[in-house]
Amino acid sequence: MARLRFLALAMAAGAFCAGALAQDASYTLTIKDHRFEPTEIQVPAGKKVKLVVKNLDATPEEFDSSDLRREKVIPGKSEATIMIGPLRPGAYKFIGEFHESTAKGTVVAK
Amino acid sequence: MLATAVIVLREVLEAALVVSIVLAATRGVRHRGLWVSYGVGAGVLGALVVAAFAEKLAAAASGLGQEIFNASVLGIAVVMLGWHNVWMSKHGREMAASLSQVGAAVRGGTRPLYVLAIVVSMAVLREGSELVLFLYGIAASGPGQSGQLAGGFVLGLVGGIALSLAMYLGLLRIPAKRLFAVTGWLILLLAAGMAAQAAAFLVQADILPPIGQAVWDTSRFVPDDSVVGKLLHTLIGYTAKPYGIQLAVYLLTIGLMLALMRLVGRGAYKPRVDRLAGQS
Repeated sequence: MARLRFLALAMAAGAFCAGALAQDASYTLTIKDHRFEPTEIQVPAGKKVKLVVKNLDATPEEFDSSDLRREKVIPGKSEATIMIGPLRPGAYKFIGEFHESTAKGTVVAK
Repeated sequence: MLATAVIVLREVLEAALVVSIVLAATRGVRHRGLWVSYGVGAGVLGALVVAAFAEKLAAAASGLGQEIFNASVLGIAVVMLGWHNVWMSKHGREMAASLSQVGAAVRGGTRPLYVLAIVVSMAVLREGSELVLFLYGIAASGPGQSGQLAGGFVLGLVGGIALSLAMYLGLLRIPAKRLFAVTGWLILLLAAGMAAQAAAFLVQADILPPIGQAVWDTSRFVPDDSVVGKLLHTLIGYTAKPYGIQLAVYLLTIGLMLALMRLVGRGAYKPRVDRLAGQS
């Protein structure tokens, strides 16, 4: 019961935060044929930014970055939102874990 | 094939290590195999369901459903592990005593095994659903890969199970008297690591503040996605770049569990002391 209440609370908090963050700068990344497009995204350093990843492939992909400390499965033909930052200036690599050989990219914070 | 094997190994390792620790912690308890099998079975079933509804899950809670789901699953496992340790602090000594006495009737049955079955199912559920999606993705992305896929899957699965089996057999070499003390510490660290991981998911979902992006950075020595990193990650909650809040949650979990164990264990049955008192 307490667990359920926590879950409801967490979900409400999630909805609230997502709403509050709607004004953050948003960047779009697409996945097609197991490749990211564009392969390099420039974002401002020191700010929270929103990364919208659209998976145009029919198969799921996992956005994975140990540099950014993010991992998220994006099902086929759908999109996911990933909040990143605030980042220090530098290059942050990410991969699609399910197709590591082709799906690669970098977030550059300036 | 090797790439598939490595990914499968990493995913299997976490769940298999949890199972091996649970098996060691329940040594000598009747019907434990059955309960652990229930846990694995429920986890696999759950993983298939989660994979099937991945799209709905990802879209839930304004696109943050996946993070919240992962954090919740980990949270349930932490609570169950904590419950187990607190329960053991009350009954562990008598169990160790009966284990070390040859031929003594094993005091099984009374132990809440479903608690550990839930832990096992949560571990399998989380790692399994990612594995199902990954395998589905490869299978769907091109025909003619199925042989490679099957090879890699088996290799990874066998590797993960072998490593966990080695851990289990290693644990069994510990004398019965000390075994529960060791598994108790293992479960404590396991739970703290899971709690820290849950915190990381909540940071990713922007629900918790990170309080420091990286307390330290050891990603050059032991990267998170290496097999050693994954092994340490499961066992002690290792993270190459922990958030401040992860460290706080980690320490808080250990502190809280130890305090509860002390509190509940105070009235525990102490066979040695009782026997000595009876002789005098």
